[in-house]
Amino acid sequence: MGELRLMKGNEAVAEAAIRAGCDGYFGYPITPQSEVMEYLMVERPYETSGMVVLQAESEVAAINMLYGGAGTGKMVMTSSSSPGVSLMQEGISYLAGAELPALIVNIVRGGPGLGTIQPSQADYFQAVKGGGHGDYHMIVYAPASVQEMADFVQIGFDVAFKYRTPVMILSDGAIGQMMEKVYLADPVARLTDEEVVARCPWASNGRPMSRGHNIITSLDLDPAGQERLNLVLQEKYREIEETEVRFEMIDCEDAEYIFVAFGLSARICQKAMQLARNKGIKVGLFRPITVFPFPKNEIRELGLKVKGMLVVEMNAGQMIEDVQLSVGCNIPIKHYGRFGGIIPTPDEVLKALEEKIIGG
Amino acid sequence: MEEKFAHPELRKPEHLVYKTTDLMVDCPLSYCPGCGHGVVHRMLMEVLEEKEIASKTIGVNPVGCSVLAYDFMNIDMLGAAHGRAPAVATAIKRLWPDHYVFTYQGDGDLAAIGTAETIHACNRGENFTIIFINNGIYGMTGGQMAPTTLPGMRTSTSPYGRDIEIMGHPLKITELIAQLPGTYYVTRQSVQTPSAVRKTKKALRKAFDLQDQKKGISFVEVVSNCNSGWKMTPVQSNIWMEENMFPVYPLGDIKVDGELVTRS
Ligand SMILES: Cc1ncc(C[n+]2csc(CCOP(=O)(O)OP(=O)(O)O)c2C)c(N)n1
Ligand code: SF4
Ligand SMILES: [Mg+2]
Repeated sequence: MGELRLMKGNEAVAEAAIRAGCDGYFGYPITPQSEVMEYLMVERPYETSGMVVLQAESEVAAINMLYGGAGTGKMVMTSSSSPGVSLMQEGISYLAGAELPALIVNIVRGGPGLGTIQPSQADYFQAVKGGGHGDYHMIVYAPASVQEMADFVQIGFDVAFKYRTPVMILSDGAIGQMMEKVYLADPVARLTDEEVVARCPWASNGRPMSRGHNIITSLDLDPAGQERLNLVLQEKYREIEETEVRFEMIDCEDAEYIFVAFGLSARICQKAMQLARNKGIKVGLFRPITVFPFPKNEIRELGLKVKGMLVVEMNAGQMIEDVQLSVGCNIPIKHYGRFGGIIPTPDEVLKALEEKIIGG
Repeated sequence: MEEKFAHPELRKPEHLVYKTTDLMVDCPLSYCPGCGHGVVHRMLMEVLEEKEIASKTIGVNPVGCSVLAYDFMNIDMLGAAHGRAPAVATAIKRLWPDHYVFTYQGDGDLAAIGTAETIHACNRGENFTIIFINNGIYGMTGGQMAPTTLPGMRTSTSPYGRDIEIMGHPLKITELIAQLPGTYYVTRQSVQTPSAVRKTKKALRKAFDLQDQKKGISFVEVVSNCNSGWKMTPVQSNIWMEENMFPVYPLGDIKVDGELVTRS
């Protein structure tokens, strides 16, 4: 049956986590995402569902708490914003290397350095290309609404356990802070310890004498063994690329030009599309919902039908590299970006389309 | 081994006086001959066996010479990132409160890179056991200076001896965490003689017994040798440890039943 509520994106993440049967949240305060933990501390799910909520001493500690919880088969998550997520990179790499399921929410703010607390999409490379050391990927969802912030919590946990991989929700300060109507599914009960043991036979949660001991690690000192682990990971990423791609196309059927944008930028492009269509410019929107796996094939096919693409991002040009790699160089592909916490206006976006693509 | 070499008379069960616990995996350890790590492993596994809690115990080992401890201990284990074992164990114990949880950490791991995780896990009064192997050096990476390296002690990154003016003082992290209300039992032991080994085992037993009471961290430091890193024979290293390490890191209980022990 579920329930309709008016909530901030950050609050929706927290509420969705409780309802998804999450076992543990570990985090450290940072603007613009502190509402996630604040909401959980007000709701006190540890008194109802038994979900653990803990304010860690740092993001480094928080991500390693995820490693501990995930290594025992529990559903664990954290949230942070850019500088905090930078601190988590070693831990995320360990999660990937040890093949552990976990959910990490990044409510991106402008950088580099301490940057600004205003929204940004400048952590795309970090989220999509690895971020930490070694050859690994996370599955990365880019929500464009408060509804998707909530939805990707349950979906994120599902795929994290399906593939035994860390999953990221890559959002930004605007979607984290803005209030929208959101439909919340009915709560599901947390798994019992017995159910956790049955679901995760690989996990280290106490060795019954009926099996050998389980070891959670990313270490293999033998290069051949480490290469094997890498090949297992690469195979997993190929499978993810085949099965987990999500995207949205709006008004692309008759489009001559395409905006490519994820998250908040896609919302702005939708408005720019209306303005363009009012002027008779046939423009559509391609919105990658998963940015890893990137919807390569779909955007390549679209590239065969249109005259040009404008990639709109709140960064200096990051996703555009994936668009160019997918589409090739037969049509002009240009970037329009604002940085440092500035959100582009629909008028600016339309002007950029006219100048860089149509007139260019 | 036993079967092959022991006299038939000695092989009779009634004559059995010692047997390695099945909780130690029957394989060669990665430690240098003479190193204290292996002895502590065995005591730890004996305690789990005697308490009959192996199937309810989850161990977290560090990055350091004991990075492969999970291969030697026949229980469920997680290998933590360098210094983060207390954070890893925090989540495990909170998510599995009826299980026994321990971390096993070196001095670089616990008192340098992982200082924040150590202090905060202790200060929160998490209900797990920390086993701290203090050998005053970074054994694994080839003998660099550790936070616990003694003044004047030569290591590969203090080749002329630790100069406290430049490199700071040895960190007595155990005394430090004993000050925190979240620690309930804090002790410092060693494993260079049979009687020291027995005391360490008793301390480990107490540490795990205390997890039943959920009163906070039980912390067992073991001052240990690193004969390779110290560039000594095992025997020399034990003598050097007694003469030089013990005065700076005196053995004995530091906190019992949540109360600091006053020393005469
Ligand atoms: C983030 C990170 N930094 C550095 C290292 C390299 N490293 C591995 S073990 C170690 C020191 C281990 O010393 P200690 O904790 O005292 O353990 P011991 O080997 O002496 O038992 C270092 C610096 C690492 N693995 N990870
Ligand atoms: S290097 Fe030192 S601590 Fe490491 S195994 Fe050898 S003696 Fe033990
Ligand atoms: Mg050491």
